[in-house]
Amino acid sequence: MNSLRLALIAAVLLGLWQGIVVLFALPPFILPGPLAVARAAADNAALLTWHSIITLGEIAAGTFLGVALGAATALAMAASKPLRGLLAPLLLFSQIIPVFAVAPLLTLWLGYGFGPKVVMAVLVIFFPVASAFFDGLMQTRREWLDLAANAAATPARSLLLLRVPAAIPSFVTGLRLALIYAPIGAVLGEWVGASRGLGYLMLFANGRAHTDLMFAALLALTLLAMLFYAVIMALAKMLLGKYLRA
Amino acid sequence: MKGPSLHIEGRAAIDGEAVFGPLSLDARGGGVTCLLGPSGVGKSTLLRLIAGLAPYVSFDGRITCGDGEQAAPRASFIQQSDMLLPWADVLANVTIGKRLRGEKADTEKAQGLLAEVGLSGFEHRFPNTLSGGQRQRVALARTLMEERPIVLLDEPFSALDIKTRHGMQALALRILAGKTVLLVTHDPGEAARLADDVAIMGVAGVKMISAPASPTPRPTDGADTIAFAAQLTAAMMREAA
Ligand SMILES: Nc1ncnc2c1ncn2[C@@H]1O[C@H](COP(=O)(O)OP(=O)(O)OP(=O)(O)O)[C@@H](O)[C@H]1O
Ligand SMILES: [Mg+2]
Repeated sequence: MNSLRLALIAAVLLGLWQGIVVLFALPPFILPGPLAVARAAADNAALLTWHSIITLGEIAAGTFLGVALGAATALAMAASKPLRGLLAPLLLFSQIIPVFAVAPLLTLWLGYGFGPKVVMAVLVIFFPVASAFFDGLMQTRREWLDLAANAAATPARSLLLLRVPAAIPSFVTGLRLALIYAPIGAVLGEWVGASRGLGYLMLFANGRAHTDLMFAALLALTLLAMLFYAVIMALAKMLLGKYLRA
Repeated sequence: MKGPSLHIEGRAAIDGEAVFGPLSLDARGGGVTCLLGPSGVGKSTLLRLIAGLAPYVSFDGRITCGDGEQAAPRASFIQQSDMLLPWADVLANVTIGKRLRGEKADTEKAQGLLAEVGLSGFEHRFPNTLSGGQRQRVALARTLMEERPIVLLDEPFSALDIKTRHGMQALALRILAGKTVLLVTHDPGEAARLADDVAIMGVAGVKMISAPASPTPRPTDGADTIAFAAQLTAAMMREAA
């Protein structure tokens, strides 16, 4: 039912797209039709796959590191008041600096390879994960904190056994945002300076007026990001399901 | 292990605003004292003070036990909302106190207690699959697991239907026997059924009323229960006025 509806929406949109191309007689270097894009995707399947794998690697590494770093920061801030004072401005700073402006610097410092893209992804992911998880850790129900106090729990055990489990839904909210932002970070990094990856391929194709290939790369990126999101969320639901019940 | 008698006297304020007192209240060692009184008079605050869970309250007075030891570390507290952890199964909920202290969770003992509250076979159910009465029983088993001689109950049965409530009252009396129990309720019928003593808390202080000598739980339709419930209702009405 759901997939049927999705297929229907996709068919309508594709039809509309092809219709506009035909109706306005647009040249293929401005807007290629879906059929042209599909042909380009098929002709360049190996190329697209190769660049997709690069970008997926950047997204995955960035997500893993960004989520780990964000979660660790949130934990440190929740556990210690002095650390909270120290890290809170850093957290804000990481969100306020325009990532676009940092990207050339990263390229300058870290070169054209894998590293700067991962760092870009980490930069955009870090804040949503850390702030959502931290909010959750600071909002434990009073009744549960009472339970910890009444049981003479140490702060560390109260954090581990009550506050962290209670904050998992907030963490998952942060994770959801991270999965959406990660591809943006990686592709941004590729646009500024790269010799591989879907972002690079898009620029390359654009430069040579291979607009159909550019669209094919965009399509690949969209599919990749959606797939990555779906897989990680399914994994999170499987591993953390019991913390998400009401 | 019989619970110690409990004596509270003093006044309490939050942010400079008086909550209650000066008052004086006694709970008989190993007995059930029901605490009645109008909403907002400070019953929950009093319970939290005894349990040591009210750092935000400035309390001018003292809380002492008949045996000279402290009350707070020996008191366990059950709130109206049962505080069960939704991500932990029944067994893990019952043993959470021990795990919070870093002690070994005694599964066998927990299973014995679950059997005692009639929840054998529920060990691996999650709280969201339990009824309100079953959840309260898990909370009771968790309290018993703590082996504290003083038990503080804040309106524990108010959300239950009358039949379940009667069953839970009898069960609580049976398994809490010998402990010093302080139970907050708005229901004079409940107090008349369960109490050894009743404390009626008002803005002017606490009025202690001793219950009929008949064994608890008293039958709801017993003549002395009915008369006592009526006496309590009248006293509460005077307090509220
Ligand atoms: N954390 C708090 N901060 C400020 N005021 C509080 C706090 N907790 C309770 N109070 C105030 O203290 C007074 C007593 O509250 P308490 O909850 O003890 O009343 P209660 O007798 O248990 O009422 P009820 O029967 O409705 O449960 C109320 O006026 C309440 O507003
Ligand atoms: Mg109350």
